[in-house]
Amino acid sequence: MIAVANGGGALSRREFLKASGAAAGVLVIGAAIPRIALAQQRGGAEAAIGKTLDASEVDGFFAVHADGSVTLFSGKVDLGTGLRIAIPQMAAEELGIDVARIRIIEGDTGLTPDQGATAGSTGIMRGGVQIRQAAATAREALIGIAAQRLGRPAAELEAVNGEVRPRAGGAGLGFGELIGDKRFGLKLDAKAPLRDPSAYTMVGKPIKRPDVPAKVTGRHVYMQDFSVPGMLHGRVIRPSSVGAKLVSVDEASIRGIGNARVVRINDFVGVVADDEWDAIRAARALKATWTKEEGLVGDAGVRDWMRRGPFEADETLMKRGDARAALAAGKPLKASYYWPVQSHASMGPSCAVVDLRDGKAMVWSASQATHRLRGIVARLMQLPAEAVRVVYLDGAGCYGMNGHDDAAADAALLSRATGRPVRVQWMREDEHAWDPKGPPQLLDLEGTLTPDGRIGAWKTEMFLPRATASLPNVPLLGPAAAGIAQPMGISTGLISQNGNPPYAAPNVEVMVHWLKDAPLRPSNIRAPGKVANCFAVESFTDELAAAAGRDPVEFRLQGLGDARGIEVLKRTVALLGWQPRPSPAPTANGKGVAVGRGMAYMHYKNNETYVAVAMEVEVDRGSGAIRVKRLACAHDCGLVINADAVRAQIEGNLLQTLSRTLHEETKFDRSAVSSRDWSSYPILKFPEVPEMLIDVVDRPKEPPLGAGEAAATPVPAALANAVFDACGVRLRTAPFTRERVKAAMVAMATENKRKA
Amino acid sequence: MPTYRLSVNGESRSVTVSDPKQPLLYVLRNSLGLTGAKYGCGLGQCGACTVHIGGKAVRSCLVPVSSVGAKRITTIEGLGTPEAPHPVQAAFIAEQAAQCGYCVNGMVMTSAALLAQKPRATLGECKAALAGNLCRCGTQHRIERAVMRVSQGAGSKA
Ligand code: FES
Ligand code: FES
Repeated sequence: MIAVANGGGALSRREFLKASGAAAGVLVIGAAIPRIALAQQRGGAEAAIGKTLDASEVDGFFAVHADGSVTLFSGKVDLGTGLRIAIPQMAAEELGIDVARIRIIEGDTGLTPDQGATAGSTGIMRGGVQIRQAAATAREALIGIAAQRLGRPAAELEAVNGEVRPRAGGAGLGFGELIGDKRFGLKLDAKAPLRDPSAYTMVGKPIKRPDVPAKVTGRHVYMQDFSVPGMLHGRVIRPSSVGAKLVSVDEASIRGIGNARVVRINDFVGVVADDEWDAIRAARALKATWTKEEGLVGDAGVRDWMRRGPFEADETLMKRGDARAALAAGKPLKASYYWPVQSHASMGPSCAVVDLRDGKAMVWSASQATHRLRGIVARLMQLPAEAVRVVYLDGAGCYGMNGHDDAAADAALLSRATGRPVRVQWMREDEHAWDPKGPPQLLDLEGTLTPDGRIGAWKTEMFLPRATASLPNVPLLGPAAAGIAQPMGISTGLISQNGNPPYAAPNVEVMVHWLKDAPLRPSNIRAPGKVANCFAVESFTDELAAAAGRDPVEFRLQGLGDARGIEVLKRTVALLGWQPRPSPAPTANGKGVAVGRGMAYMHYKNNETYVAVAMEVEVDRGSGAIRVKRLACAHDCGLVINADAVRAQIEGNLLQTLSRTLHEETKFDRSAVSSRDWSSYPILKFPEVPEMLIDVVDRPKEPPLGAGEAAATPVPAALANAVFDACGVRLRTAPFTRERVKAAMVAMATENKRKA
Repeated sequence: MPTYRLSVNGESRSVTVSDPKQPLLYVLRNSLGLTGAKYGCGLGQCGACTVHIGGKAVRSCLVPVSSVGAKRITTIEGLGTPEAPHPVQAAFIAEQAAQCGYCVNGMVMTSAALLAQKPRATLGECKAALAGNLCRCGTQHRIERAVMRVSQGAGSKA
């Protein structure tokens, strides 16, 4: 066993080999271990090491080579979203060069500027827009150089197809001739003119993503496929209950499993082996004894716990008129909505490779925040930031912060202890049980109607786990177990947005009771907070519309002033062939399979993307099963960069959130998470995939907004509203499992009998 | 340590493993450098590890290497290349049927096995065949379109 004292240094390679009793060179299993050299992976970009990483410099983002091709250094990473083509499209358009001549490097702290995490739908909106401005600055500079060389005024020149040439025709100069392999030495110019969208030739086009052919032929090198020479495979053994202490480890329990050996650092316990299967077998076989902890509230206790606190603060987010007085004066409708703890549930368990030796660390990670991770690794490993380089590689989709950063910390601890590069891939149960979770949300809503059937007063009261202000990272599991100090706190993302109705109402109050903690370690999950908030707000809007006896679309439109909002709402219901009438449907009291429709609307963060979702559903009154037949969505994210990539993001948002709404809740008792695989945490399956109707509104004159999250948000309310329309049952707790739907139907029947 | 001779993508390959129960998935990925098949769950629940054995789509995470024998293994790498993709792969490219693409190995391999059996598979048959393949990104709709593109084009090409 290798025992390393708290925060201790690495054993040397020789000490390691001695300690583990293994001779060097033994146990290389199989001949052709895939070795993807970094240089090969990066297409020779290593030569650029030492370039500026300054995001205020054109050279931070671009290098023009002698052959006229361009390398683009992007701090934002693809994550499966299509940024890998969309950002080069924006750059190519402004520069005036074919997008095929741009190569993109993403999220490499040695090469790319820090543009912040690829999160919060900021990839295009901020990252892409910043790069577009750098490209416009570069293009103006290229035109300036050409003007001098050609002896013509800059105004007579244009940058097209990788060269600067006279507008009137005649020979031009290629970008490579103008500046090939030399630096621009220029600050980004916020005033560099952007091209007129009406003349765009690349932006907006559904240009195919460059990585898809490799992905569908098994050649794309994912984080999980990456290896370096001399690498060990590591697995970390997590405690049997959350917060447990390691009592003892029986090292002998893994004897004979290849050259597997134990690494223990306080309560952190892992195994390493040359062969991955040996590491897995050893992790399973290892006998470790833990203390038994019972500090969790359990999934069934979350709702009560949220009402109980402890709380950190109350915050009023919006106040218009006097909602409390207006509610007190009328007969308010009241309803509570609950959204459960959920997992990111990535298809590929988190993975990282770290080589930490000689006071330096190379980290390969699929983190959505490589620059942030660099600082974290440096802090935890007590290295200067300059000694750490984090390189992004695609992982399985993460949809927020899953276990990738944890896996990197695990690998760093094991690499430091062994003096070898270590690859850690989590097992399925690690990912489901231990990824930081989407936090639970509880919302109490109250509202009244005016005599003419509009919203009179509205109050939203939220109970939410509060993110610790400016917490630099989500506290990571490995370092916590190893006893390494790290900033403790919780991270949830901007989860209190969109608690307000997006419709006219004279009296509105939105407030939040901030909880000090969360039931399980939380992090941001796709569209943080806004999936649940829109579920509550748009379900309650529907409840008010039903109370007013109005068609849900008309009810919304009478209070909606924003023209872009009105347009997506109308276009969405048109896709479904919506016929105006109040909910529930006239057939709601029938037998057998009920059919209904519902819709919901969202203006993301109140100032970004406009989106509405409508759907047609069947509810089996016998089994409680919900089947979505048709799913419609109109989406306005301003200027569309890549029409097909936007569509793919919308489809993904819709289906993933349908899954979260129908099926997903992380189950846990007082000690541990019990949703540890795909049968205890089921997600949407092919037979449940509905017909989809999508309408992407392109607004070339508007700024581009995000498409990575917004369309997720109206899905739960649209579904709940459709179920209500179908059979009169109001679902206010997700997920909408069969059992829950059935129980709600029984409760409704009892209530109706009582009333009758 | 036992050594096995495997037939992989038309080639005979010899592998030595420390445990005869080692799942084929790890042998393919680590010993043979064929990383197209992915580890998703190791439990037969997700399909990310799918390969063809004797023409059938199977979960390589559940197949002990010692049980394969002389049966022919085809991995996604053996199905086609970026330059010369298999018709199913070409259809996935045409429909851009991958977001993160971690599931796509299983989607391509399962669809290819289905279409080899039933070249004109219907949408219902496609959904049923893929019911055990999970995708977290929500790419299912594109995957269905890719499969239908092949099955509906099958008549004209045959
Ligand atoms: S990895 Fe084999 S089915 Fe999931
Ligand atoms: S494309 Fe990401 S899991 Fe299917």
